[in-house]
Amino acid sequence: MSDAVIKPPQGTPGAPLVTRQRTLAADVWRQFRQHRGGVLGAVVFLSIVLLVIFGPYIHGIDPQALNVRDKNQGISLTHPMGTDNLGRDMFAQVLAGGRTSLSVGITAMLLSLLVGTTIGVVAGYFRRADGLLMRLTDLFLALPLLPLLLVIIMLFRDTLRAAFGPETGIFLLIVFVIGITSWMQTARIVRGAVLSVKEQEFVVAAKSIGTRERRIVTRHILPNVLSPIMVSATLGIATAIITESALSFLGLGFPSDYPTWGRLLYDGVNFMAINPSRVIWPGLAISLTVLSINYIGDGLRDALDPRIRGR
Amino acid sequence: MKRFTALAAGTAVALALGAANAQAERGSDGNLNVLYWQAVSVLNPYLSGGTKDVEGSSVVIEPLAKYDEAGNMVPALVDEIPTVENGGVSEDLKSITWKITPGLLWSDGTPFTANDVKFTADYCMAPDGGCQQISKFQDIESIEVIDDQTVTINFTVPKPFPYTAFVGAETPVIQKAQFENCIGANAPNCTEQNFGPHGTGPFKVVEFRANDVITFEANEHYRDPAKPSFATLTLKGGGDAASAARSVLETGEFDYAWNLQVEPEVLEQMSAAGRGQVVTSFGTSVERIEVNLTDPSPDKGENRSTLEAGPHPFLSDPAVRKALSIAIDREILVEAGYGASGQPTCNILPAPENYASTNVNWCLEYNPDEANRLLDEAGWAPGGDGIRAKDGVRLSLLYQTSTNSVRQATQALVKDMWQQIGVETELRNIDAAVFFGGDPASPDTFQKFYADVEMYTNNFPGTDPEAYMAGWLCDGIPSPKNGWLGANMPRFCSEEYDALTGQMAETADLAARGEIAKKMNDILSNEGALIPLIHRGDVSAHSVTVDGVRMNSWDSELWNVADWTRKE
Repeated sequence: MSDAVIKPPQGTPGAPLVTRQRTLAADVWRQFRQHRGGVLGAVVFLSIVLLVIFGPYIHGIDPQALNVRDKNQGISLTHPMGTDNLGRDMFAQVLAGGRTSLSVGITAMLLSLLVGTTIGVVAGYFRRADGLLMRLTDLFLALPLLPLLLVIIMLFRDTLRAAFGPETGIFLLIVFVIGITSWMQTARIVRGAVLSVKEQEFVVAAKSIGTRERRIVTRHILPNVLSPIMVSATLGIATAIITESALSFLGLGFPSDYPTWGRLLYDGVNFMAINPSRVIWPGLAISLTVLSINYIGDGLRDALDPRIRGR
Repeated sequence: MKRFTALAAGTAVALALGAANAQAERGSDGNLNVLYWQAVSVLNPYLSGGTKDVEGSSVVIEPLAKYDEAGNMVPALVDEIPTVENGGVSEDLKSITWKITPGLLWSDGTPFTANDVKFTADYCMAPDGGCQQISKFQDIESIEVIDDQTVTINFTVPKPFPYTAFVGAETPVIQKAQFENCIGANAPNCTEQNFGPHGTGPFKVVEFRANDVITFEANEHYRDPAKPSFATLTLKGGGDAASAARSVLETGEFDYAWNLQVEPEVLEQMSAAGRGQVVTSFGTSVERIEVNLTDPSPDKGENRSTLEAGPHPFLSDPAVRKALSIAIDREILVEAGYGASGQPTCNILPAPENYASTNVNWCLEYNPDEANRLLDEAGWAPGGDGIRAKDGVRLSLLYQTSTNSVRQATQALVKDMWQQIGVETELRNIDAAVFFGGDPASPDTFQKFYADVEMYTNNFPGTDPEAYMAGWLCDGIPSPKNGWLGANMPRFCSEEYDALTGQMAETADLAARGEIAKKMNDILSNEGALIPLIHRGDVSAHSVTVDGVRMNSWDSELWNVADWTRKE
């Protein structure tokens, strides 16, 4: 990415004089640091990710270990977030649940990004494909998400379970299902951006010297529509985590003893009044993750927009 | 002074009359809100064996006699219960004659006669009807209408307990005039009739929305002119056990909620709000794990979980089934999920006392060492991952149940216990509406049983277990051939068991029947077709403003809804 050259749009006043070699990444980073919310979001998100990855090595309690005698306990040194009604350690469960929820979120986001960007760029750049692809997008937008998910899960659960085992099977299914139903916004935004970029002089110039279309897309169009893509990527993680939570909340998705943040929340609802920490911690984890990602997205958008950057 | 006394007495009488009037006026208490969180899908128990449907129907259509909360029969549409003493049951026990109370009317104003009773039996016994209550009509040879008020049921064999058909909410009388064209294969197509039957009960249907809400209003032709005291009844479905409990106990939105399988600590905390009262009664409900004795693997295609698929790869081994049973610490399950409303049991038939066996209590003792020994002996050796296997078959189970936090907790505990004897368990929970919905198109119903073991509760109404125990006959195995109907979920088939069922049907002496029932119970437990876990009390809750609720485990919980009143 560092060799991507951004041509400042014509007529942008006050474009700073280039005195030394600058890279896109450095520019973006410099601008991103100015965005207080974005930096804070990044710090929070990174800490959550690190905690979820390394936490289980420090807090060594098995999230599945049952101990009925120790049920519904409050916060203590051994159980920093208390225990649930079967005596499972909540902190260990939140950490284990975070691994699942975050990996679902990130993988599903990558999938939806790939599909959405491809369709958006193709639809925006190649006029002939536009009508068809956009109608396809409309079609997907019109599909009611939850019933569709239920049907897909019912139809393919057994096949995938047989092929990959219960947990990996359902992981693939959920990631696929969320990815395949959430690319439409990205596609529309990217198409719009491509439409405006491809009429600009530098693209016309590239065309006029006979650059091949594939190269125009990868070299000139994509770097300039990076900003909406990055933003929808961050939003995509948030949506995927929430959709997974919704599925778990409905009692679908992963098996009942496989913690995810949504599942923990679902299981905790009945015990809200007895043991509020059952819902506070997973709820807080979901909210914090989604919020921090949104701020990162906000900061990135500002940083990636060449018209704002440098001002 | 005398005058004053007379005046006072007069006032007292007037007050008493007034009070009596206030209580004894039909429709004076407004609306009664009842919540059955498993929504009622049809008001015809002959087409659906689900408790929710049976109980929903019971406010509209009634049997000839009901059971009260102590398990005694009480007359409903008759004046007295026929017995050998009063001549209602013949000396040879081969016929029973019911004398219907004269003057009864259906909710459409037409008279209720013996012809309706005969018709109901014909309706259920019609071939291709898929009648869910057919076991109640076993051994009926003929039904004779003596006159409009008298009907005699003749049996092919002496029936020591002839109160199977038309006693209890499962077998109410339906109106001949209404259902005449709905016999046999036509039965499920009669939507209007099945959703709005005419009845003799205290309420009649105003609007029926399947799987959602039913509105009833007082039946103006109900036999007691003073009842019901509620003008309308709303029977709402949806939600789950915990939200149902909350809506009665905490928020007071509903007057009655049924089947509150919620953790004891949660119920306790909700009742603290003081708006409602939890009522419990022990009947015959047993939370059990049913073991699939046939092969449920998906590659069997259409034959999945049927006898044609062949025996289960490892659950067909009796040692495995026995080990699974004794590896469960039932005390822990009770403590975590049931509290006072459950006790450990090894019987599938835990009550009434006459029928409750004590011979299978071996399973009450939690004994993982013995379970491990049994498995070792049977050749199931632990593999590298700690899971036992033999000839390439791993002891890995899919364990399904309905979505309910108590059941998921039980699942987690059982999984943990089975892990300790080297059995791997995968948990699955299915929405109760789907699991118990009985939709033949869904792969997730408890009848289809596309899993290795499944857990739920079943019970039988009334006090005689004959029909219930006949559920595990070879004939009762659900399969595509019978539209996945039948109660024999484990696909259990034993000649000895079938013979005992036949023997029970011919035995009159109560003690001898008890012995046979115990034997059948012992076969089921010893064979491990079922792993009984917990004898469950039925838990419901009613608002403190509702009087007259008599929690009943032997009949519909709404059996005496006509007597319910609103407290001032």
